[in-house]
Amino acid sequence: MRVAFQLNGKPVETEVEPGMNVLEFLRSLGVFSVKHGCDHGECGSCTVLVDDKPQNACLMLMGTLDGERIETLEGLNARRRMELMQAAFLDEGAIQCGYCTPAMLLALESLLRANPKPDEAAIREVFSGIYCRCTGYVKPMVAAKKVALGEVDG
Amino acid sequence: MNSSPEKVLERVGKITRRVDGTALAKGKPVFADDIHLPEMLHLKILRSPHAHARIREIRTEKALKISGVVLILTHKDFPVHYFTTAGQGYPEPSPRDIRILDETVRYVGDRVVVVAAETLAAAEAGLAAIEVDYDILPANFDPEKAQEGNPVLHPETGKIDIHDAAHNVASQLEASLGDIQQGFEESEWVFEGRYSTPYAQQAHIEPHITLTWMDADERLVIRTSTQVPFHVRRIVAEVLDYPMRNIRVIKPRVGGAFGGKQEILNEELCAAVTLRTGRPARLEFTRAEELYAARSRHPQIVLFKIGVNADYTLNAIDMDILENCGAYGPHALTVMSVTAQKALTLYRSPHVHVRGQAVYTNLSVAGAYRGYGAPQGFFALESIMDEIAHALTIDPIEFRHKNYVTTGEDVPIAKILGEGREGFPVVIESTGMRECLEEGKKLIDWELLRTAEKSGPERRGVGVACAAQGSGIAGIDMGAVFIKMNEDASFNLLLGATDLGTGSDTALAQIAAEVLEVPVENILVYSSDTDMTPFDTGAYASSTTYISGGAVKKAAEKLKARILEQGLILLKEESGRIDNGLVLGSNGGRISYQEICTRSFYTENQTQLMATASHMSYDSPPPFNATFADVTVDVETGLVRVNKIVSVTDAGQVINPHMAAGQVEGAIPQSLGMALSEFMIFDDTGTPVNTSFRDYHIFTAIDMPEIVTRFIHTHEPTGPFGAKAVAEIPINGPAVAVTNAIFNACGVRIRNLPVTPDKILLKFTEPDL
Ligand code: FES
Ligand code: FES
Repeated sequence: MRVAFQLNGKPVETEVEPGMNVLEFLRSLGVFSVKHGCDHGECGSCTVLVDDKPQNACLMLMGTLDGERIETLEGLNARRRMELMQAAFLDEGAIQCGYCTPAMLLALESLLRANPKPDEAAIREVFSGIYCRCTGYVKPMVAAKKVALGEVDG
Repeated sequence: MNSSPEKVLERVGKITRRVDGTALAKGKPVFADDIHLPEMLHLKILRSPHAHARIREIRTEKALKISGVVLILTHKDFPVHYFTTAGQGYPEPSPRDIRILDETVRYVGDRVVVVAAETLAAAEAGLAAIEVDYDILPANFDPEKAQEGNPVLHPETGKIDIHDAAHNVASQLEASLGDIQQGFEESEWVFEGRYSTPYAQQAHIEPHITLTWMDADERLVIRTSTQVPFHVRRIVAEVLDYPMRNIRVIKPRVGGAFGGKQEILNEELCAAVTLRTGRPARLEFTRAEELYAARSRHPQIVLFKIGVNADYTLNAIDMDILENCGAYGPHALTVMSVTAQKALTLYRSPHVHVRGQAVYTNLSVAGAYRGYGAPQGFFALESIMDEIAHALTIDPIEFRHKNYVTTGEDVPIAKILGEGREGFPVVIESTGMRECLEEGKKLIDWELLRTAEKSGPERRGVGVACAAQGSGIAGIDMGAVFIKMNEDASFNLLLGATDLGTGSDTALAQIAAEVLEVPVENILVYSSDTDMTPFDTGAYASSTTYISGGAVKKAAEKLKARILEQGLILLKEESGRIDNGLVLGSNGGRISYQEICTRSFYTENQTQLMATASHMSYDSPPPFNATFADVTVDVETGLVRVNKIVSVTDAGQVINPHMAAGQVEGAIPQSLGMALSEFMIFDDTGTPVNTSFRDYHIFTAIDMPEIVTRFIHTHEPTGPFGAKAVAEIPINGPAVAVTNAIFNACGVRIRNLPVTPDKILLKFTEPDL
């Protein structure tokens, strides 16, 4: 089938197997910041933003993408707020292996779009959809709180 | 504590951004799977549905007819050759008891067939179309019955280094010091206890993933998420009987490993497909495969018998370990050696005896997991220490103060036990154990919580556990590095050491920068690639900072001496010194690193300034740790809530404070998971029940208790800038600190992990102390 959607601000129109999942499709395009960790919507490594909301790309079928607006880190890296979040993650030691980092940053980005001053509980809530086996979430929480309080100098 | 004889440190011990951090933060394609290879084949493994069976026939005709299926390999395609999947030094101390594909399967998940196809979907369709006839064999799932030999898992001749195959004993160890019987006779009190720890899975978020291809020179390239690239090269060469010189192993960034990637689990199959087809191949584990067909923590049953003198010092320790390896024995002996060695290092006792047996069962295969055997040993040891303190009505912290080893003491058992082979004498040169306990006691509010009223449905309690670990494997681990200088005073640091996400590349860059007196940004790290970087035994046993760091320091010092020498030649001076990137001659000449290197390349006394060094150590100084848990037990529901964990560590001189704290913060939920939420469950046919993250519950952000980490500064004279290891030690304490806190809260003693509500409810009416 044919689907048309927006990926990182650019229109994409393509012929796909409707049953193919979005994670597989994005990685086949070379959008490698979207990671694979479980295939079952559990780990959150494959998080993308769909109309500003974090979604697990491994659970989304290509057939459902028509008309949607998809964002990944590739499209956000040059944005000011993303740079500040990345600086906070780097400065606070919130990145260990970094496999979960793109997903954490997207989850935080989506939270900040809806709520520019989230409290600790709100941050924890959005991070809870993303598994990290390295950090115990301690330093990612510190970095995210710094961003929320506007304390990052980029 | 020792005081530091070194000069003031400017790069070591400072918060520094990760050298690989920006690429990771931007989601750049730095992991094994982040490349596209043309014409790549996708591999899938057909796994055994039976716990023990002989394969009568494999029919592949239908599968081969499926469009896209290119190649199917079975045991018939490989000569009989036994090896171990454990990525250890050579000769490996693990039994050689496994084939690449075998005609007998020994656990649910054992490999039967590999299918290579044009797409993943075609490979999956191929798997589904393969028909296998099995003759089912009896199976045993109980380690305590394994030695009855019913069935015998490895009867085949030709398997090497199995201790007693007829009784399913993969490995065994025994060691003693003093006279254990006499020790008990002399003791004022004698206590005994039996403790057990279950399977637990490393659960790195990036699965095992390998890509292989032939390069333009017809050499096999293996790009893989591994802790041990040099062992991968050696083992693949051996298993496929392919010349080592024609293999190149590249380790890109690794998405977590924790011991799970110290194993050769998919590299050899991927390589076999590439060698047969000439095409690139890719093999990635599913999460289900990770959870039952990769490796996990060895379950152990540990019996302790401890004799205590009237002054509360320990007089005799008898330890008996029964380790369940699952179907094969990678790391069987060495994990158990570490259980014994680390537990018996912590407290002094004139009479010690230890016996360990690692047995085969028809269950998932265990291997290396952060802490190796130490978490199992410390769960038992720190439980019985708590029980003894309670029975003798002495404060658990005071009891420990009377018994742990201190600076200047030797640890005779370490020499006797070693790791897989006889060890080396250990003398404790640095310890902050006392300070760890005292600091933690304050941070957790010990007195208040311990003595608070314990009544009502919700009861709060506090517990403590001490631990020791090592810094690399004495006399075995070796790391090598190569440093070369560039015209702009940057330096390429080429390391065999593998950064698994721990930040070791950064820590090692800080060490080089400290010696060379340049900013950390001037150190360009490349690790690790068997064609490009010198050898390293690999990232395990907390070895990287201590061993590879030692090599970096030596190489940087050599290079610095060369820079000084060359600088003085260029200045035409006899003597001088280096100060912050300048060579200063005694007669007033000065020349920058940039100028020295540029002139050395192009105009005067031409040379490449470079140095190489290797490092190994007969020492493996233990870091020490005290972990405290604050818990609330709901005695009506049996639910346990961990409110807070305090973890205080003596890791010598900390190289990078954020990264060291990060190691502790990441280890804590892994240990809490083993205690509270991560269960590997098998049904009565040995079939794993919970093979997804939905059922195998690792801690998420909302499950986390408050975490407080602190470091006690000591100076380890044998370590680079006084450093010891930090990666494993913090995983030893949390689980047992929690069970000790549960006892303090409600009087229920959990001796068998995991903690489940039924154990609390069941035992709550009849507390068993
Ligand atoms: S890969 Fe999609 S949630 Fe894990
Ligand atoms: S940093 Fe490794 S999984 Fe989060």
